[in-house]
Amino acid sequence: MGEAIVVTSGKGGVGKTTTSANLGTALAILGQKVCMIDTDIGLRNLDVVMGLENRIVYDLIDVAEGRCRVNQALIKDKRFDELYLLPAAQTKDKNDISPDQVRQIVESLKPDFDYIIIDCPAGIEQGFRNAIAGASQAIIVTTPENAAVRDADRVIGLLEKSNFPSPKLVINRIRPGLVRSGDMLEVDDICQVLAIDLIGIVPDDESVIKASNSGEPTVMNVNSRAALAYRNIARRILGETVPLSHLDEKSGMFSKVKKFLGMG
Amino acid sequence: MTGKSIITIKGVKEGLVFQLDDQCDFVELLDELSAKLDKHGQQFNGPIVHIFIKLGARQLSEEDKERLKAILRKQGNLLVQSIESDPPEADPDAKPAAHLHTMTGIIRSGQTVEYEGHLLLIGDVNPGGTIRCSGDVYVLGALRGSVHAGTQGNAEAIIAASLMRPTQLRIADIISRPPDEWASAEPWMEYAFLNEGKMSIDKLSGLGRHRKEVMLFKGV
Repeated sequence: MGEAIVVTSGKGGVGKTTTSANLGTALAILGQKVCMIDTDIGLRNLDVVMGLENRIVYDLIDVAEGRCRVNQALIKDKRFDELYLLPAAQTKDKNDISPDQVRQIVESLKPDFDYIIIDCPAGIEQGFRNAIAGASQAIIVTTPENAAVRDADRVIGLLEKSNFPSPKLVINRIRPGLVRSGDMLEVDDICQVLAIDLIGIVPDDESVIKASNSGEPTVMNVNSRAALAYRNIARRILGETVPLSHLDEKSGMFSKVKKFLGMG
Repeated sequence: MTGKSIITIKGVKEGLVFQLDDQCDFVELLDELSAKLDKHGQQFNGPIVHIFIKLGARQLSEEDKERLKAILRKQGNLLVQSIESDPPEADPDAKPAAHLHTMTGIIRSGQTVEYEGHLLLIGDVNPGGTIRCSGDVYVLGALRGSVHAGTQGNAEAIIAASLMRPTQLRIADIISRPPDEWASAEPWMEYAFLNEGKMSIDKLSGLGRHRKEVMLFKGV
């Protein structure tokens, strides 16, 4: 039986879809059988980020309303052995599916997959309730901004009420320079407020933007720092102990020398 | 009112116990006492009898106690040994507030806790989280959200926290927004209280002086 993990945040634009795409891909790279479900009905994006938009035939609503079997709606990502996407519908809205229907679909997928990654829409309304219905574990994505942390806190509260015992935290788009100069919230401060387990810190990385436009998840780019962070999160999901990487690791020879001389 | 219901006289080994009603009017009580003594005057003649007066919940000033004694003195042989009231109870309105309720957990954004009485939260109040409480609020953790203490108008209520970084504090009907009105960046525990209608913050160790509560210690 697979584990269903919902990726959520409350606030929009913090990187839920990017995180879903990269974690799904990273888990598939690590040899897991993965299915990603986009529950952002009406504003689907996961297919775009994955570069699978042009292969959609059926979607989540079609499955829910019985127009097709769930296996017919799954899109296989040919770049990997076992990575599938169940896309959202673009023409309907969040109220056209119920949490129970989503739960049934997730349950029907669980026997065939190791991990089911559910991409949640922004907000805490019907779309959110749909997304969390089938999941047993949650990953909260936040960025080092007060507004995002507030919303994450709100969502954690809602999840705790819905019997998610220990959601995990991903802090996205950290810029080490800004943190050092005191202009960005520190990781420790965020963790203190949210008081849940930190499962990864993803640095702000331009390659993520490039990757999502080209439909190739960042995690496939070995030179990207964000990719390393996502791979590490995937390994932590699998139960490995991977230390949280230091943010200012980009130390080349030059900065090492500077540091040695006491200038860094 | 019938006489027997407000004054009860009981004989004990040491003498007589006068149990006085604590609900009726004090003047009424004095009249009744005089009447009773006049009526049964002869029974109280003879050797000296020690009198123990129990007032129940009624609290008397020295002056009133003297009036009471004066009436009893009219009977030559009655000697008042003691006038006692029950230890003062908190007034009934404050009764629910006297209980301290303990709660564990984090109050997150969008969550509200309401409580009648004093509340001890072991955990944090995050920004966007709210506690509303008719008595005092003690936060054993970080207070980053908002707290309203003394919701039913109790201006004596206080708000204490291990880490005082609230978005807003209210006591009774006073609202204060840090840091406009006060700022706290202190690493020690603090509490907020109303000082002449204005929100004030002090070290938690100052609460004992503020409350003027008597603490009883064992030993010397």
